[in-house]
Amino acid sequence: MKRMKVDRRTVLGGATAAATLAVSGSSVRAQSAPIKLGFSMAQTGGLAGGGKASLLGTQIWADDVNAKGGLLGRKVELVVYDDKSSAAETPAIYAKLLDVDKVDLLLAPYATVPTAPLMPMVKQRGLLLIGNFSFQVNAKVGHDMWFNIAPWGPADSWASSFIDLGQKAGGKNIAILASDQEFAQNVAAAAKGVATKRNLPIVFEQNYPPTTVEFASIVRSLKAAKADIVYVASYPPDSAGILRAINEIGIGDNVKVFGGGMVGLQFTAVMENMGSLLNGVVNYNTWLPEKPMYFDGTKEFFDKYQKRAVEAKVDPLGYYLAPYGYASGQMLELAINATKSLDHKALAKWIRESEVKTIVGNIVYGPDGEWKETATLMAQFRGVTDKNVEQFRTSGKQIILSPEKLKSGEIVVPFEKARS
Amino acid sequence: MELLFEAVIFGILLGCFYAAVSIGLSVSFGLLDVPHVAHPAFLVLASYGVYVLNDRLGIDPLVAGLIITPLFFVLGLVMYRLYHEMFEKRGSDAGVRGIAFFFGIAFIIEVLIIMQWGVDQRSVTAPYVGKSLRILDMRIPYRQIVAFVVALLLTILLTLYLSRTFTGRAIRAVAQDQDALRLMGADPIRIKQWAFGIATGVLGIAGALLIIIAPVEPTLDRAYIGRTFCVVVMAGLGSMSGTLLAAIILGVSETLVLTLFGASWAPAISFTLLLVILAVRPQGLFGR
Repeated sequence: MKRMKVDRRTVLGGATAAATLAVSGSSVRAQSAPIKLGFSMAQTGGLAGGGKASLLGTQIWADDVNAKGGLLGRKVELVVYDDKSSAAETPAIYAKLLDVDKVDLLLAPYATVPTAPLMPMVKQRGLLLIGNFSFQVNAKVGHDMWFNIAPWGPADSWASSFIDLGQKAGGKNIAILASDQEFAQNVAAAAKGVATKRNLPIVFEQNYPPTTVEFASIVRSLKAAKADIVYVASYPPDSAGILRAINEIGIGDNVKVFGGGMVGLQFTAVMENMGSLLNGVVNYNTWLPEKPMYFDGTKEFFDKYQKRAVEAKVDPLGYYLAPYGYASGQMLELAINATKSLDHKALAKWIRESEVKTIVGNIVYGPDGEWKETATLMAQFRGVTDKNVEQFRTSGKQIILSPEKLKSGEIVVPFEKARS
Repeated sequence: MELLFEAVIFGILLGCFYAAVSIGLSVSFGLLDVPHVAHPAFLVLASYGVYVLNDRLGIDPLVAGLIITPLFFVLGLVMYRLYHEMFEKRGSDAGVRGIAFFFGIAFIIEVLIIMQWGVDQRSVTAPYVGKSLRILDMRIPYRQIVAFVVALLLTILLTLYLSRTFTGRAIRAVAQDQDALRLMGADPIRIKQWAFGIATGVLGIAGALLIIIAPVEPTLDRAYIGRTFCVVVMAGLGSMSGTLLAAIILGVSETLVLTLFGASWAPAISFTLLLVILAVRPQGLFGR
């Protein structure tokens, strides 16, 4: 019996020692293993033009951090999959990132449509998610660990600033044209809400399917509505088609301001292709080469980005998304360094309570995870010539009309005059 | 009323564009019974070819389309030979396996375009792009007029070729009775290969029209799969003039629905028309 007890003790002791060694061994491995940051990105499909630029921004951040020795003494590794710009792809990709790749932290995919289906999952699992230019995807979900890197601010501020410009120019009614998908519908709904609140008659309201390739007929109907303010919420492939059709069919002399929520007119290839057709359009943007837009590290970032963009065959200027891709990483970096932790709740608490200093400015979040104050620019294209990328590197081609603190000029109205 | 009249005019122009991008499929799928689901991918590839010639050498898009037509003809010859050797020759399930084959080809083309030109939209410059013809209060984009004229010419040329030349008649015959054609001393496989070459070659011009009408991006082919197959099936397999008329019916229906009920309903038109035609006249509007 005694002998048996000794044997049992020996076995137990040995097992404990082995287990301790194994645990400490895995602990050592865990300490040296990289911090995995997982996300999907539109690298093909309609959103790929923006997605690739955004990805390069985040890659530059990861390289910068790793050059400084990483975070918490560990390197940062990006685990990225192509979501093909599709909402059908992202739930499976993020399940794989969490359950198979075992990533430590998540970034959201670029844009509203691929992000929307992820929201219930991240809320259910209690995960921190840094949003990447989606619009109001958290409005109904109410996840308190969601922080959008895009500078949209309160839901109606984007539409309000555009409609303000139209009303100041004498606009008495509005037309709303929107793509029939999540992002554009959210943007259009906000514009409709603002118009209703201000008793501004909506004289034309139409949604078009994302597969539309010819816009001449839609523009004819829009022209017949004789609207003063035309608010367009379109996606990259459509924006160019709409502008081209307007150039050919005309839009009418009564239109004071045109644009608002046209995605794509921020991308260099589209701007280069559209050239002078852009003139007069008042559209949203997130970064432009104007003096107030430079913060600590902004210039250095663009120096690196514009060198690497040529090799990577992505947007050569990268104003719209790339600095925000970098800033997403910066935000996590600051939170991790401050909390000395990868705990999602701790990181979310720090971001919620702090003023986060990034290359796109200082960010303070509201309770819905959007910027407390909007920094979305409304800018008017002016004096743009055809087939000239270089013109967009200088100031003066997109005059910032709002917000007031970043204003760089006055609006030219009506739209037809501004086009000439 | 004025808006409705304009809708009909624009519908006819749009329909002619649909005809131009579908007419190659009318030969490959309609006459040869090849499930060519990569047809729109080849169309997009052709438009990138036109883009390169226009962007680098300043060649007019239509001329560029003509330049690449022989290349696409040869590509078509090779593609058919591959399809024949790998699937058609081996048995009765060639159709199903062929669909998988052509889907694979479409994905490869898409990836190749992305690797070579990136994911950004590409467009061409030409005197008729971005300008319009003014008739009273109506303004018609020149690019749509160009598509209209080219589609008419393509239809007339293909109809004449298929009805007046020996090879053309052989192509029509191969669709009906291969054995009878063999008895006449013609090799049906070579005839089909030649026809597939023509179907693919035509995409040179159609690709030029595609990029003239609107900027292109690598995944644009997906927007055209439904429309092109709808036009060909609606026309009655293999009818060239039927393809033109079916495409015009589709174009006019789309613009009328868009004007009267809103753009959201427009995509449903092609499949609704297709279902109605298949139910009422399964051989298509102009099929026998």
